[in-house]
Amino acid sequence: MSEQVYARDIYGKTLVELGRRDSNVVVLDADLSGSTRTCFFGKEFPERFFNMGVAEQNMMATAAGFASCGKIVFVSTFSMFASARALDQVRNSITYNNFNIKIVASHGGLTVGEDGSSHQALEDISFMRSIPGLRVIVPCDGPETKEAVLAAYKEEGPFYIRIGRSKAATIENKKTFVLGKGCIIDEGKDVALICSGIMVAKAMQALSLLKKEGINPYLVNMPTIKPIDEELIINLSSKVKAFVVCEEHSIIGGLGCAVAEVVCENNPILVKRVGTKDVFGQSGSPDQLLKKYGLEPQDIAQAVKEILR
Amino acid sequence: MKPLQEKSKFLKKKANKIRKLIVEMLSVAKSGHPGGSLSAVEIITCLYFEIMKHDPKNAAWPARDRFHLSKGHACPCLYAVLSEAGYFDPKHLFTLRKLDSLLQGHPDRRTPGIEVASGSLGQGLSIALGMSLALRLDKSDCRVYCLMGDGEIQEGNIWEAAMAASHYKADNLCGIVDYNRFQIDGRTEEIMNLEPLVNKWESFGWHVIQVDGHNIEDLLESFYEAKTIKGKPTVLIAHTVKGKGISFMEHVVDFHGRAPTEEETRIALKELEEID
Repeated sequence: MSEQVYARDIYGKTLVELGRRDSNVVVLDADLSGSTRTCFFGKEFPERFFNMGVAEQNMMATAAGFASCGKIVFVSTFSMFASARALDQVRNSITYNNFNIKIVASHGGLTVGEDGSSHQALEDISFMRSIPGLRVIVPCDGPETKEAVLAAYKEEGPFYIRIGRSKAATIENKKTFVLGKGCIIDEGKDVALICSGIMVAKAMQALSLLKKEGINPYLVNMPTIKPIDEELIINLSSKVKAFVVCEEHSIIGGLGCAVAEVVCENNPILVKRVGTKDVFGQSGSPDQLLKKYGLEPQDIAQAVKEILR
Repeated sequence: MKPLQEKSKFLKKKANKIRKLIVEMLSVAKSGHPGGSLSAVEIITCLYFEIMKHDPKNAAWPARDRFHLSKGHACPCLYAVLSEAGYFDPKHLFTLRKLDSLLQGHPDRRTPGIEVASGSLGQGLSIALGMSLALRLDKSDCRVYCLMGDGEIQEGNIWEAAMAASHYKADNLCGIVDYNRFQIDGRTEEIMNLEPLVNKWESFGWHVIQVDGHNIEDLLESFYEAKTIKGKPTVLIAHTVKGKGISFMEHVVDFHGRAPTEEETRIALKELEEID
């Protein structure tokens, strides 16, 4: 791990690059362009940037109209509003039509922090993952955000990419993002940590705690939640006794479930999910919240030890 | 150009044909929405057979005007029009709502001529706005037409779109409200009053034209007028009759979402025959 960067800064800059490269790219935001960093694009390409105001449903369905006329549309707001507020529009107007729309939602998860529960999307992956054909990505850091955005741009059809609010540590030793592929960051034995988003960095810290106790888990970065990398999961399931899946999301319906579904149907081993339980978040600093809701390296290490017991 | 009366004569005949097809296809399908399909007949007929530039043999022709049926449940009318225009073989009409049919219960893109799926109400005006802004970016002079139901505009999403279309001065966009004054549960004024409807659209910054939605000449003139309005979108408040053209369906809420029986179909077709 090295420098800390805002994934949304990287997103904003990547959009500008795409805007320069392709005049067919348009960007829509719902009054959060400063936060999502789509304002970078808006500044350079004002004629291709559409601020739709505080109206996410309209934004999503308007994006569908743009896409029906051949535009490549990036749509951004907070994860909470992109998923919960506009879910019907995302399902029926965007995904059902298989439109070339990339929803890049920021401020996912608990690390929104002080704004509290109303702004902490802990169910968005679950919502989005269940929509047929919608590809779902949770990058782990700034560089991977760029790679995922570029991959979504190149690939026809709808995507949901979830990034965070806070700065994230850049993960070293990981491979370049490939859609639908997880990557082993650290080889190990007995147990595999499968992680997305900021939990990759947390798991790396857990790894050093565990290594001190002679436990050497695999560490897997799993940025594509859908389509999930079944091959890697099945392959690993015969090499370890258990999986611990870590995500900044509810344990219901997210990466943990995606992994468990593959494991159960192919080669059942124990799967422990580290994420928020069936609860809402609250106000607090990101660090306080991650601690309170059990998403710290210690929690991951604890889960590993429990499952190996 | 043919005089208006001549066009009107042709379109009236066409509209009657569309009505017959709607009754026949719903009768075969044994489910669907006759009331709001029949109220929209003249509107959609005028658009496809006179107002819009489009090419049934090349549905993706880039220079086509766009039509989006936001009130997706009225698709029997649109399907009949598309088939009559030559987008697909009329035999498909009688597969409506059947498994693997080209014609789904609500519109989707498997049907030639359908631009965007609809059915979940309230999203269509936003979709039409996206089309109109995209076309404007491409410096196209194409126009976008969006037909909404009156019950449908109780959806908040419609008013988000209304606000945005006005903000973006989408003057290539023309909305139409099929104001037949009924929704599934009853009269709009009883379920959720829409009035004052003209004031609502005007206050959102739209140019409003009120029109008899079954009078072909008035409809054509309204669409011509809409083309001349610059700097703001236009909406036609089309006063219509639910179930129009079939005596026992007119103003009858039961026919919002019930197909005619065999006997009702026979009577309905006889009534339409008598008009020809």
